[in-house]
Amino acid sequence: MGPDTRALAVHLAVIALLIGCWFVLPQYHTGNLARILVLATFASAYNLVFGYTGLLSLGHALFFAAGMYGLGIVMQHGGVSALPAWVFGVACAATVGLVTGALALRTSGVAFMIVTLMFAQAGYLCVLYFGDWTRGDEGFVIARTARNLIGIDLADERVRYFAGVCLFGSSLLGIGQLVRSGFGKTLIAIRENEERARMLGYDVQRCKLIAVVISAALAGAAGAAYALLFGYVGASFAAVQYSILPLLWTLLGGAGTTLGPLLGTLVMFYLVDYASDITDAYLLVVGVALILATLFLPQGIVGTLRRRVLRWLP
Amino acid sequence: MTDRNSTTDDTAATLTSGSRRRALKTLAGGAGGLAATGALPGLSGYVQAQSAEPIRIGFQVHRTGIGAAYGRWYDRTTQAAVARINAEGGINGRPVEIIAEDDGTDPKRGAEVIEKFVNRHECDVGFGTLFSHVVIGSSPRAGELKLPYFVVSEGHHVASGMLNRYTLQPGITDVKSQVQAMAPYVANTLGKKVTMLYADFAFGHDHRDFFSEAIAAQGGEVIARIPIPPTETAFTKYFPKIPRDTDVIYHVMVGPAVLTFVKEMGEFFGPSAPAIFGFVDSLEAVDINSPGLEFLEGSYLWEGYPRYAQADQTEYDKAYREAVGVDDNGASVSDPRDVSTYAHMFGCWETLHVIKDGMQACDYKGPEDRPALIEAVEAMSDIPHSVAHPQGDKVFNGKTHQVFGHQYISRVQQGRLDVVHTTSIEDTLYEDEVDYTTQAL
Amino acid sequence: MEFGPHLVLALLEGSITAAVLALTAAGLAIVFGILRVVNVAHGEFFMLGAVIAWFVTTTLADVFGASPAVGFACAAIIAPLTTGLIAMLTDKLVLSRINYDPERTIVATIGLLYVLQQLTLMSFGPDARPVEAPFNTRIALPWPELGPNGWALSWPWGFGTTTYKLFVIVAAASVLVSLWLLLKHTRIGLIMRATEQDRDMATAFGVRVNRVYSRVFGLGAALAALGAVLVVPIQQAHYLMGGDPLLLSFIVVIIGGLGSVSGTVLAAVIIGLTDGIVSVFFSATLAKIIATVAVALVLVFRPQGLLGHRAP
Repeated sequence: MGPDTRALAVHLAVIALLIGCWFVLPQYHTGNLARILVLATFASAYNLVFGYTGLLSLGHALFFAAGMYGLGIVMQHGGVSALPAWVFGVACAATVGLVTGALALRTSGVAFMIVTLMFAQAGYLCVLYFGDWTRGDEGFVIARTARNLIGIDLADERVRYFAGVCLFGSSLLGIGQLVRSGFGKTLIAIRENEERARMLGYDVQRCKLIAVVISAALAGAAGAAYALLFGYVGASFAAVQYSILPLLWTLLGGAGTTLGPLLGTLVMFYLVDYASDITDAYLLVVGVALILATLFLPQGIVGTLRRRVLRWLP
Repeated sequence: MTDRNSTTDDTAATLTSGSRRRALKTLAGGAGGLAATGALPGLSGYVQAQSAEPIRIGFQVHRTGIGAAYGRWYDRTTQAAVARINAEGGINGRPVEIIAEDDGTDPKRGAEVIEKFVNRHECDVGFGTLFSHVVIGSSPRAGELKLPYFVVSEGHHVASGMLNRYTLQPGITDVKSQVQAMAPYVANTLGKKVTMLYADFAFGHDHRDFFSEAIAAQGGEVIARIPIPPTETAFTKYFPKIPRDTDVIYHVMVGPAVLTFVKEMGEFFGPSAPAIFGFVDSLEAVDINSPGLEFLEGSYLWEGYPRYAQADQTEYDKAYREAVGVDDNGASVSDPRDVSTYAHMFGCWETLHVIKDGMQACDYKGPEDRPALIEAVEAMSDIPHSVAHPQGDKVFNGKTHQVFGHQYISRVQQGRLDVVHTTSIEDTLYEDEVDYTTQAL
Repeated sequence: MEFGPHLVLALLEGSITAAVLALTAAGLAIVFGILRVVNVAHGEFFMLGAVIAWFVTTTLADVFGASPAVGFACAAIIAPLTTGLIAMLTDKLVLSRINYDPERTIVATIGLLYVLQQLTLMSFGPDARPVEAPFNTRIALPWPELGPNGWALSWPWGFGTTTYKLFVIVAAASVLVSLWLLLKHTRIGLIMRATEQDRDMATAFGVRVNRVYSRVFGLGAALAALGAVLVVPIQQAHYLMGGDPLLLSFIVVIIGGLGSVSGTVLAAVIIGLTDGIVSVFFSATLAKIIATVAVALVLVFRPQGLLGHRAP
């Protein structure tokens, strides 16, 4: 098997495993997994710019929130039904990605971090400022009756789970293909040595911008899906925390690996969940775990696995 | 984290016939409209008391995050209420167990906690959330999982119709009724021209909108509205925007910077301040004798429940204070510096008693009776002043799932808060905005 | 209030923001400049400074009956020192072991942020707690006005400040001047600058780079803590207070030009004063949106920062 086929096989196996989980896991865990899959899609979107293109953005909450609010506002105030609203949410996120990306990509390194952080912060403040539309920090509920896709009730546990699998599965396959395509290889070349990529005649700026827009659209797709599946649109998802979380999930799972974002999200979720069963101070456990991970898993879980044992991991 | 409440252990011993009579009395008083549901007071529950499986109440508590100062006192009040309920025989002869889960004051985690209550801990009901965004984020999941979700939030989200049939707020009044009830006193006693300073987010916007409307009805007027971003830490630069002809300043801020806000307002005005009226939210868990707050002397505050024991203190308030461990100044009996969130936390106590009355009214046996519990609570109307409801008598509106009650206006005098006005319940009523009973169970 | 006094008041308030921000950001700037790492836990060192100041002042007042002034003076020494030592400890236990790798440092310091917040929540509690100012007299300020009888001084309503607020500005300025002297005119400063410019060369000249790193990390944390001690009598100590200073310091350091202390101070003054002035003209949240976008655009069109020379 060539590396491309092998990667595809691994991804299909992961998707099959996720489908299988529905039939064996108790409801509590499938409920959690549905949420994790949506957030892992967000992390995968982040991984595309951070892990593959080498751009450390601190503003991805803006894209997640653009998708979420794009969908939420047209559903709430325009009575638009779920599917077109979701498409609109994705379009909003892509547009925001295009505009902020075009500006932010004039900078690089730490300045890029700060510019993306500032744009996201401005977006968060806009959510608060336009309270008549967004209900500010409180956010709003998307009516149960509106949450259906061509007659299928998205609030149903099974539908929600498989919607999560579909979203994550298609992003996994999509990104898996993308990073192995010529375009993906250019992105990796830019990450490894931007100067060289430029010398070789690649239009580096354009490639980066395309990566940012794809990433923004995917993050927006996750944000819009989150609102649709869990019925809530709120400002906390636009706050700086949700720019740091995908970075954390990606780094923990393994930046520049297709499965890292999923694993990072999964581990962080259950770390919080189980630590909080044992102690009030679960954040302490999480903090110590993160420090230990940086000490002993320098490339993240999947990255370290790939380096030490499973060299074939995509 | 999971707290298995130790008070459940000694319950069986206290299940005497005396407590049964008391329980019946509470029931008869507490759930007046109960006959309407056709349910009979369930006595059968007591028969199996000795070996009964506990009733599990999932307590969504803000242990970390911005709500932690409130969460700690919500926790203490909840533990005290459960201890009392268990000492009096539990619910339907079964002990009550509190399963506490931290939501980090975050709506996403809040929704996850609701799922955990239902699918992992097998809780009978969810309870206890304060911060509005956590309520709104969690409520859809509670509705989908058909978990009766009793919030203690004072937000208008329940009565506004935004939530669902499984979400109720029977233990604390909402911001719309609180604000509306303040307008007559402000206009008639303090002055007609009001400048509002409020936190620039939904809670503050509710104050702005409801109060502007209510004061206009009293012939007064809001002459300036000054929103302050919730992340702000320095406030002096906002005060110059207060118009010179202001009669009354109306302030409502929340969060850790509230003390700075109030202090800087004092420093700004010096000796020549207009009348100041605020919501005690600006000073919850803060000692009003903190350095820098001297200027508050003579100003007015809304209180959901008077923090300082008043001259005409009821025996109910006395018993409630003692049970929770709060002294006459509203601080912890073990540490006078540890000031409670007295104006809000009674909601936990009262809500738990409503849950008890509701479960007894519908003879609650297990999760399959959750819809019956919702109907039993919806059937409640008049809630009498009692130890179970020490803040005062109340009226529950089964259609809007919101309770209405008295509001208090206190004045800072010699470093304590003395009640100068108590509103009637009628002052707090407004037209129904929703009828949840039309939604499917 | 009239426009003139309002603007002056806003500028005065802005200077206090600027003073504290300059101190805190200078700490982040030297760490960034010399270690080349982003310390996400910098805001938590700020918070620790405020919390330790509360512990010191209350303990002294309760146990020894010390006056607020004595308590504050002790806090101003103990809080930065303790915070600096804690920072050096984390440097030794974590940062030096991951060899100051930029990405891993971000995750490690996010972990540190959680640890410090949770430990503070467990020991200090969730309340916002006040520290009494050593002195705090309100000063009403006069305003010159052209009346019918020529120029005269009036005393506009609410136009004033407090002695303590003025002290904060002076104190922060003197600490920054000392820091500048330390960096430019002492042997320690020379070693630090040498390490910043060329780590290998410094090692070759016998500089123990790891020790320099550890001390710089400690010094950066101590500066944040000192900024917090100064501000805590105006604000309150609270376990979540570190978020905003972190964000603002970040901005200021980048705008100032990565690691340049003088650029950082200049940027802090600009940001602080802008924050004050913009609030005069716009509603506060809108003002913050405008200021935030402005910062982003400054960087877009001048990525090296205000005083920076090279692209990062």
